[in-house]
Amino acid sequence: MSVADAGGGTRRLVVGPFNRVEGDLEVRLDIAGGEVLAAFVTSPLFRGFERILEGRDPRDALVIAPRICGICSVSQSHAAALALAGVQGVAPTANGRVATNLLVATENVADHLTHFHVFFMPDFARAIYAGQPWFARAETRFKAAQGTSVRAALATRTTLLHVLGLLAGRWPHTLAIQPGGVTRGADARDKMRLLATLGATRQELEERLFGAPLARIAALAAPEELDALRRGESDLALFLAIAEDLDLASLGRAYDRYLSYGAYPDEDGRLYARGIVTSEGRGALDTDAIAEDHTNARMEGRWRAHHPFEGFTFPDATDETGYSWCKAPRLAGLPFETGAVARQMVDGQPLIRALVASGGGSVFVRVLARLIETARTLLAMEDWVRRLEPGAPWCAQGEMPREGRAAGLTEAARGALGHWLRVEDGRIAGYQIIAPTTWNFSPRDAAGVPGPLEAALVGAPVRQGETTPVAVQHIVRSFDPCMVCTVH
Amino acid sequence: MDGFNVLWIQSGGCGGCTMSLLCAEAPDLAATLGSAGIRFIWHPTLSEETGTEALALFEAVLSGELRLDALCVEGAMLRGPNNTGRFHLLAGTGVPTIDWVRRLAALAKNVVAVGTCAAYGGVTAAGPNPADACGLQYDGRRVGGALGAAFRSRSGLPVINIAGCPTHPNWITETLMLLAAGLLGADDLDVYNRPRSYADQLVHHGCPRNEYYEYKASAEKLSDLGCMMEHLGCVGTQAHADCNTRLWNGEGSCTRGGYACINCTAPEFEEPGHAFLETPKIAGIPVGLPTDMPKAWFVALSSLAKAATPDRLRRNATSDHVVAPPAVRDLKRR
Repeated sequence: MSVADAGGGTRRLVVGPFNRVEGDLEVRLDIAGGEVLAAFVTSPLFRGFERILEGRDPRDALVIAPRICGICSVSQSHAAALALAGVQGVAPTANGRVATNLLVATENVADHLTHFHVFFMPDFARAIYAGQPWFARAETRFKAAQGTSVRAALATRTTLLHVLGLLAGRWPHTLAIQPGGVTRGADARDKMRLLATLGATRQELEERLFGAPLARIAALAAPEELDALRRGESDLALFLAIAEDLDLASLGRAYDRYLSYGAYPDEDGRLYARGIVTSEGRGALDTDAIAEDHTNARMEGRWRAHHPFEGFTFPDATDETGYSWCKAPRLAGLPFETGAVARQMVDGQPLIRALVASGGGSVFVRVLARLIETARTLLAMEDWVRRLEPGAPWCAQGEMPREGRAAGLTEAARGALGHWLRVEDGRIAGYQIIAPTTWNFSPRDAAGVPGPLEAALVGAPVRQGETTPVAVQHIVRSFDPCMVCTVH
Repeated sequence: MDGFNVLWIQSGGCGGCTMSLLCAEAPDLAATLGSAGIRFIWHPTLSEETGTEALALFEAVLSGELRLDALCVEGAMLRGPNNTGRFHLLAGTGVPTIDWVRRLAALAKNVVAVGTCAAYGGVTAAGPNPADACGLQYDGRRVGGALGAAFRSRSGLPVINIAGCPTHPNWITETLMLLAAGLLGADDLDVYNRPRSYADQLVHHGCPRNEYYEYKASAEKLSDLGCMMEHLGCVGTQAHADCNTRLWNGEGSCTRGGYACINCTAPEFEEPGHAFLETPKIAGIPVGLPTDMPKAWFVALSSLAKAATPDRLRRNATSDHVVAPPAVRDLKRR
């Protein structure tokens, strides 16, 4: 952290290490008149996974890519499997598709629980809020690492992750997801065990987090329906009280432009639709219009933006103009926000649509979208378990051609994740990855347009004497950033 | 001051060892550590303190105001580009994380590498090693790394390498508990300085595919039930860890999940020299032999076992579900 006088009554704050996000993060803030004038987001860690993948046997991507990230590991694995499936021209068996959905959904729901209880809510148990009427409850439940709800949620998450122990060997870093399905089938006994695990998870969440049945949360449509949920002792009721008191619905608005690759494919369609939402409404996603800009990324190749099939990753060791290792992905030249709020906007979840329409995407809406999605996804998971068919095939076998290219597009908890794979002469010739937080926490592009977080931070209030402004922390964490994925 | 103070720093890794640690159960992480008097001075995932508050804690350790019983480092140390460490400057400080680790390690009673990246470099050091990654005291299999071969923490121990990609939650909690209790000495570490408490076992121990292994009834494709050593790259007979006797996330392990053990607790596991899920062979015989097994005996026993494979195992080995259950014998009528 450092404070400097930037002249003209503007002071500059450098905030870091920014914890309770996955990985390391630094945010530079220009502050005047008690609010943020401009923000610059730095992803400080570069490992070079895209380069590590080049030259390998394409199938090795299933070992290497998940290790980009310990919290999005299954999503990374899924994106790699989809890219390989595209090159092989193979599709998963019905069992393989349903089981893969279960594995990806387990990680995504577990991550939503981790985000709400371990990463986001503990900031309301900070001493700075000691005077607020809800503080005693927030402190008891959400004091970092110790709060009763923090510990209960970690226990629930641990229970839920037994789905991955049973079907995928372990979490993180499984090899169970393959281009043609999964490596381990389920028999009738396994299905009962999975239903017991999901049932226990559902009960915990209905009692402690929601104070309501999952189906009611999943079906929320009008903002007034939240009023009934404010009563009672649930963690959701506490969040709603805090959000109202601190006006979190007015905090952290970005561009209200949303991107989702769509999640959980079925025989026909997906549980959550693919597409974009802009000021012009819902639209189709054109992946050919995706390009990464290197202007502020300390990467060679600044002369133009690159579609990921043409992209490359050569860090510029001597560069002094870039301020992040993160490239700036743009869709048709524009920054897009991704995550649960984007998925629910694109899918048309009525309450999230209504809230964004009336007040814009905010800290409040991002967190609420995650909670609603948790309920929706868990309900679908119970259905998927019932549809697993013991005795039917789990994994189709494909042949790896010497040449080919394909994109693997999936949704991690924190948003749209894409792998663009090129195979030449039987080896990986190119492997470009755009992770959710690459979109959300991108630096400025060649036109000087800030990334979504950089835009969302403008106007954030900074109190007298604050060196790590708490409002900035709420906004940053509302995106559920994964910094190890961001640069990879 | 009583208790055992742990400071946790992450660098060139994925955070997966922490994510796994949070899966500790029966008892959970807080209860396990609490019962042993272990407390995190700061942990990137769990602590309230961020920015200036976190840096104040680091400074308190450096000034000697806070005793540091164990420095836990997760993720590889990044030396690049050109030995500047710029591929990871610790946010808010402008100082390479590798330098923070060196300063803190000099004061720590014990230094613990959490995961294969921190221990040896791991996947972050794979391929062309773009970030010039290494482990705390190893660079792959070679002693050295960020702290150097001669490094000893104040307890006199080298860096304790809790290798694994990721680590099992109990490997971490039990190692910290042993340290807090003063029960971990140099003899309790193996040749790669891994705690012998889990590294003196093989992944093969307790593998439910052992009957297939005995008869060399092999899986031929992913999702088959047979032994994965002959065709699918499994090195569980050589890999040091207790994954099949101490299960993961309830009842899991890699081989139980239907895929090969890739020896992720070993230095340089990231570069096996062949595709991970394919067994290299010479004249049809797998190159890697089971640990402590003379080659001639392995070949002889394998051909005998193959000849004796029961039909049940032969059929099940190449199926994705049991097609032939074991016969029920009347044990009274031998």
